[in-house]
Order: sequence, then structure tokens, then C-alpha cells
Amino acid sequence: MTTTTPATPSVPVKAKDISAAAVAKRKLSSPFASIAAIVIAVLWTVPTFGLLVSSFRPERAIKTTGWWTFFSNPVLTLDNYKAVLDADEGAGLGSYFINSIVITIPSVVIPLTLATIAAYAFAWIRFPGRNFLFLVIFALQVVPLQVTLIPLLTLYVDAGVANTFWTIWLSHAIFGLPLAIYLLHNFMRDIPASLLEAARVDGAGHVSIFFRVLLPLLRPALAAFAIFQFLWVWNDLLVGLVFGGGGDAIAPITVALANLTGTRGTAWHLLSAGAFVSILVPVTIFLFLQRYFVRGLLAGSVKG
Amino acid sequence: MSTPESNAGKLALMLGAILLFCAVVGLILFLASLARGRRADRVTAYLYLAPTLIMLAVGLVYPGLRTIWESFFDAAGKAFIGFGNYETIFTSGDQLTVLGNTVLWVLVTPFVATGVGLLYAILVDKSRFENFAKALIFLPMAISFVGASIIWKFIYEYRPDQGNVKQIGLLNQLLVWVGGSPQQWLVNSPWNTLLLIVVMIWIQAGFAMTVLSAAIKAIPDDIVEAARLDGVTTWGMFRFVTLPAIRPAVVVVLTTIAIAMLKVFDIVRTMTGGQFNTSVIANEFYSQSFRSDNQGLGAALAVLLFVLVIPIVVYNIRQLRRSEAL
Repeated sequence: MTTTTPATPSVPVKAKDISAAAVAKRKLSSPFASIAAIVIAVLWTVPTFGLLVSSFRPERAIKTTGWWTFFSNPVLTLDNYKAVLDADEGAGLGSYFINSIVITIPSVVIPLTLATIAAYAFAWIRFPGRNFLFLVIFALQVVPLQVTLIPLLTLYVDAGVANTFWTIWLSHAIFGLPLAIYLLHNFMRDIPASLLEAARVDGAGHVSIFFRVLLPLLRPALAAFAIFQFLWVWNDLLVGLVFGGGGDAIAPITVALANLTGTRGTAWHLLSAGAFVSILVPVTIFLFLQRYFVRGLLAGSVKG
Repeated sequence: MSTPESNAGKLALMLGAILLFCAVVGLILFLASLARGRRADRVTAYLYLAPTLIMLAVGLVYPGLRTIWESFFDAAGKAFIGFGNYETIFTSGDQLTVLGNTVLWVLVTPFVATGVGLLYAILVDKSRFENFAKALIFLPMAISFVGASIIWKFIYEYRPDQGNVKQIGLLNQLLVWVGGSPQQWLVNSPWNTLLLIVVMIWIQAGFAMTVLSAAIKAIPDDIVEAARLDGVTTWGMFRFVTLPAIRPAVVVVLTTIAIAMLKVFDIVRTMTGGQFNTSVIANEFYSQSFRSDNQGLGAALAVLLFVLVIPIVVYNIRQLRRSEAL
């Protein structure tokens, strides 16, 4: 498009519009494609929808009739949610929900902060051993958590911190660090060095360069990792089970739900409501911050 | 533990921990800013890296090596038995079932999830409802494996086939509607393992779809246009234009899911507890280490996971290198 006459630019734009519309139209008019897409969408939605409907049906109705009969005989109740949250007569998920919050926030803040300053050092400071250390951290991403759990538990017991939130915070922070450093480092390398040089010439130190120059540019990457780690920690079962499973005092909601499935596997009024109490937070975060989450996924993930 | 005071106490502890952490980080930044002279940069870098390196060394490297060491000891961790635990894994009947199931998980899940995700990404690409349609498939990614297990356990729920007992699980009701008799889906091996894998496919398809959809959108318009002008069929377009262009993304998705399948145990543990021949290595590791108190065997299973992850990662990196070289 080297021409500068005012009339021509509209021509290719228009042509493109037509072709895009044509593609879309052909897609929609192909009945097989539409039906296939709808079938997949329905298959993927119905399981969650069925349990969601059930969570609002009376206990007796859930146990005797399928949730699909709800539409011919709709009765709604919040009793299941009251029962599952209440400690005295139900599963007492309320306090586990608080545990999950208490576990998750530091488990996101700690690795995010430490990884940021580490990635800064790797990306913008020259020092002996830089490449070697970075390679080691990159490689540590593939270590399965299972390999570390028992010796780590022994260390915690020896240090006298077993069965406290500290063990869960530290573990999640450790397991999150390699991926966080890798992602943030890649992102920081893409920032033009001239920006930092300019600030350095002005006499700014590392800290003020970081807060004044880098932080505004890093916000999307930080958000991506924060959401990633949040969902990972909130939905985690293994770490919660190993380090918090001993006492109810610090176990997250996933552990409580998994135990409920084991001990009261047919108490569907509790299981359905409990599942949605635990799902509520990550799904809300996901819906509002989907953009960043997708970016985090696209940046690559070989974690766990 | 459910009284409001203790909940407030937990939240206060959390705030205190975050403040303490901020103080430590502040101290590190302050100390680093004091560094002067020719080696200032070096000092700064090591100070910035210190907390990370200490945590990774103590929390990842040391425990990993320690586990490898312990995998050569017996159940109590006292007597050295060489490769005895590994021999058990590859010879005992129960453990062979575990290995077989793991192979099934690692092979079936990535390919089916990627296939469904790719198909769906192509079907809804540039359609009017694209964002909404994608969100429907993607939503399971935000749900925990435990939550997903409960959702699907309800689908597979079985009620005895007698008199006026009605099915409350959707799958059995569908079977009854077409004239069949209800099945105990999670008990009957080997189909139960495949039904557990279905849950994982349900979760992972959204991941595959998101990454592949982004890759499809990154294909240059002029290539697609040129192919269309050449009169390429829909299938030809997929086979000779779309698929080669997104191949690196497909490899990343396949390998990422495969690696995750080796490590995940949540679904097996929540839905069957590893009973009825459904256990996988990651679940067996948990059972042996924390239930049966067989430390040595648990350690060997964890090491086996590690060993199995490595070839997939190497393949992934080599493919990425190759696609970057092109």
C-alpha cells in the first residue's frame, strides 16, 4: 500500500471485510461445523450445570430424582450452602475457605516478589555464574513436586514448624519460583536496554530504576503470573494434603472437599454446594482477568 | 477452629507474615543499595538472588537428591536394598497395573484433549460468538481437579437397578432411556480408568484450544488468501496450511499435557482413591509414602516420575529448537 491517494485506502479494507465476512458466513452456513461446535459446547457445559442446579435443590430431591427433573418441578433452596458452611451441623467448609485465603495470598506474593528481583538480577546485572545459575533454575521447572515432599516434610518437622501455615507458604513459594523467574526474565529481556541506560545516566540506583522504569512495563507479566499462581495454589490438593492434611486447622478447602468425597461420597447436597463454594473464587478471578490468564498460558507452562 | 476469633487470628497471622516478608525484602534492597565500588553490581546481584537460591537449594535440590538416595532403601528407610524398589515397581502385579494406567493417561489425554481443542478452535474461529464459545470450553481450567472430580462423579453416579429407584447420574439415566441397565462406571475395570481420563480431557481441552487458537490467528493472512485463491479444499487448507503453521504449538500443548498427566493424582484420589485398578504412579506415590509407610517404594515411584518427565521435556526442547531454526 504505497499509494497515498485518499480514495484507495478504503478499497483493501473493504475487500478484507468482505472476505472475513464470507469466511464467517461459510462457516455458519456449514451445518456440520455449527452442529459439531454446539455438541462440544453442550458436552463441556452440562456436567457443571447439572451439579450447579443440584446444589440449589432440596436434599431429598437430589437423592431421589435426577437434576433434569428440576425443570418440570422447580424447587429452590439455599439449605445445602448453609449446611456445608456451618460447622455445627454440616461440613464446616467455612473455616477451610478462610484457610484457603490465608494460604493463597502469601503463596502468591512471596514467589512473585522474590522472582521479580531475581529476574531483574538475571536480566540486567552482569555477574559471574549468571548463565549457569539461570540454566539451573530453568531446569528445576521440570522437577516433579513428589520428589521433594518427604525430605521437605522432614526438614519442617526438624525445624519445628510442621503443621503451620509457614510450611504451606514456603512450599508453594519454592515450587512457584522457577516458572516465575523464567517468565519474568523473558519479559524483562524484551524491554529495551536504552530505557534503563537513560535512567542510570540520571544517577538512578537499581531500586529506583525498578520502580520508576520497569514496574509499569512489567504489570501484565506480573498479573499473568499472579493469576497463574493464584489458581494453582487455590486449586492445589497435593501440597495442602501433605503439609496441611495432618490437622484440620490449616487444611485448604480442596483437602476438606476431597475428604468429604471419601467419607460422605453420597451426600450430594453437601458435595454439590461445597464444590461450588470452592469453585466460586477461581472462576470469578478467571472471568475478570481472563486476558492476563491467557497471556500467562501462552507464555508457556511446564510447572508442577 | 471455626469460631470467628480463630479465623481473625489466621488472617492476622497472614498479614503479619506478609509484613515480615516485606521487611526482609526491604532489608535486602537496602543492603544492596549500600554496595559501592567496582564490585557493586556483583554484590547487588548476589543479594537479589540470595533468597531465591537458598529456597531452591533447600526446598528443591536437596530434597530431590535426598529422595533419589532414599529410593535405594527399604520401607523403613534403614536397610540398603539397591534397586529392590525399582524391581518391585516393574515386577509386582499391582505396580504393573499402575504403570499400565499411567501409560494410558499419558498417551490418551494429550491426543484427545488436543484434538478436541484444535477442532473447536477451528470451528469457532471468526464466528460471531467466538469469545463466549471459547469461555465455555475454557472455564473448566479454572476449576480445581477436586471440584471437577465431584462434578463428574455425579455424572457417573450409580443407583441399583431395582423397582422404583431412579438414577440420579446423567450417564446411567441416558443408558436407561435408551433401554440399557445402569452400570457401576467407576468400579468396572478397565473402563473406569478411561472414564477418569474423560474428566482430565474435559479440563485440558480448554488449555489446548486457547494456545492453538492463538497460533491459528497468528498464521499470516496472505498465506491463507493465496491458498484460497489456489482453490484449496477445507481439508487441504487444514492439512497443508494450518497444521504445518501451528505444528510447534501443537507439540508444546501435547508435551505440556503429557508431563502434567504424569504428575497429577487429584482425580484418581478423589474419584476412586486408586481402587478398582485405577491407580497411577503419582497416586501410588502418595499411598505408599503417606498411607502404607513404605518410604523406599514411595521415593522410587517419585524418582520414576522424574525420569519419565525428562524424555518428554528433551523432545519438547528439541522440537522448539528445530522450529526456531527454520
